[in-house]
Amino acid sequence: MEEMEEGVCAVLREYGSEQNLLSKPDGSATFLQGDTSVLAGVYGPAEVKVSKEIYDRATLEVVIQPKVGMPSVRERAREQCVRETCEAALLSTLHPRSSLTLILQVVHDDGSLLSCCLNAACMALMDAGLPMGRLFCGVTCAIDAESQIITDPTAQQEKECRALMTFAIDSKDRNVLMSSTKGSFSVKELQQCIAVSQKASEKIFQFYRDSVKRRYSKIL
Amino acid sequence: MGRESVGERSLTMETIYSCFKDKIGQVILPGDVFSFDVSAAEDSVVRAEKVICGPGLRRNGDEILVHKSGILRHKAPNLYWIDSQQKRYVPAKGESVIGIVTAKSGDIFKVDVGGSEQASLSYLAFEGATKRNRPNVQVGDLVYSQFIIANKDMEPELVCIDSCGRANGMGVFGADGLLFKVSLGLVRRLLAPQSDIVKDLEKIFPFEMVVGMNGRVWVKAKTVQQTLIVANLLESCENMTAQQRQVLFRRVAEGSL
Repeated sequence: MEEMEEGVCAVLREYGSEQNLLSKPDGSATFLQGDTSVLAGVYGPAEVKVSKEIYDRATLEVVIQPKVGMPSVRERAREQCVRETCEAALLSTLHPRSSLTLILQVVHDDGSLLSCCLNAACMALMDAGLPMGRLFCGVTCAIDAESQIITDPTAQQEKECRALMTFAIDSKDRNVLMSSTKGSFSVKELQQCIAVSQKASEKIFQFYRDSVKRRYSKIL
Repeated sequence: MGRESVGERSLTMETIYSCFKDKIGQVILPGDVFSFDVSAAEDSVVRAEKVICGPGLRRNGDEILVHKSGILRHKAPNLYWIDSQQKRYVPAKGESVIGIVTAKSGDIFKVDVGGSEQASLSYLAFEGATKRNRPNVQVGDLVYSQFIIANKDMEPELVCIDSCGRANGMGVFGADGLLFKVSLGLVRRLLAPQSDIVKDLEKIFPFEMVVGMNGRVWVKAKTVQQTLIVANLLESCENMTAQQRQVLFRRVAEGSL
């Protein structure tokens, strides 16, 4: 792992979350990062159509609903990213021939939307009690015109940057589970961004722990 | 807590390797790994304790992996499990559940138990049932039955008799009454031997209750109004502490008298 240069610190906007807020889904959670807010609902393990069933693992379906309008190709690309991350983290071999459905509703988008979706998805999967081998979180980094690394950029900062990267970091070994990048950057800058994201992910995992402790505090 | 790093793990990562016993009664998350209590001095022979893993825990050689979030519980001498809150039921062998009959096909009934697949219940799995004397079960009936086969690879199977061939309370029920769904955690609290919730509810008015481990509860009281009151009280018990619940029950008891 590269050493971080001085002056680069992982500053995240204020974040918050709530679990088990919807009554119909088996698991639900909302995650806020600054002004960006995403609501996630999970159903499963439930019945699956014979055409979609996989004989030895669960079939995971992810649907992202934008705030306005019909889902387009952009949402499909994000769904693919979220689905790959969830499949790496879930123990889907424990529920063969079942379906797991994850629905993400964008409540407000002010930058770092994909990482907010990933965080909401992880909290909802935990709330539903689905077996997971590891937790994951999403961190977005932007490189602006002065080559400064900004973590958790707002929509304005995302517009003005020359490169935007989102990483999904796992909780066990801090490995990168998924990366989605846009723009031009050097290899060194990529490695720096990964290091910054890994540092930021520790704060988010500590927040997950505190959130779950708060949730179970009534029956402790 | 805080073991020295193993192999090439970087010091900036905090992999949580800690002794199991320290964490009893605390919240743990998926991805937490525990290894057995190995003292640094005796590295010639590693003695792994015999640990029985309940729901939420998996064995991986010398390590125990956590795959659900919840509170770690312990029962002497060596049983550990994760107490988690969940709404979705996953069939497990030996559990008694309330099912709804959805179809009759050939020699079996198809029963919906709330899991990922419908379970099958044979005609002959009722007390006193023979090929000539078929049980009186219609589509839409409620059955209280037990799983004899329930794993991830096979279709779950139910029976309404125990190993001696007696019904033992199982079978079709529910001529009147109300069936509703609660979370699995509340169901476990209701089925505990000295359940506070059931004791407090009994004091309000008499009622009949059937509790299935798949989160389904059926209640019947003397009048429809009383049935609805009991159902609403049970549904609201989920998120209350003991004091809040007793205050609410006392208010209802005074109001209904």
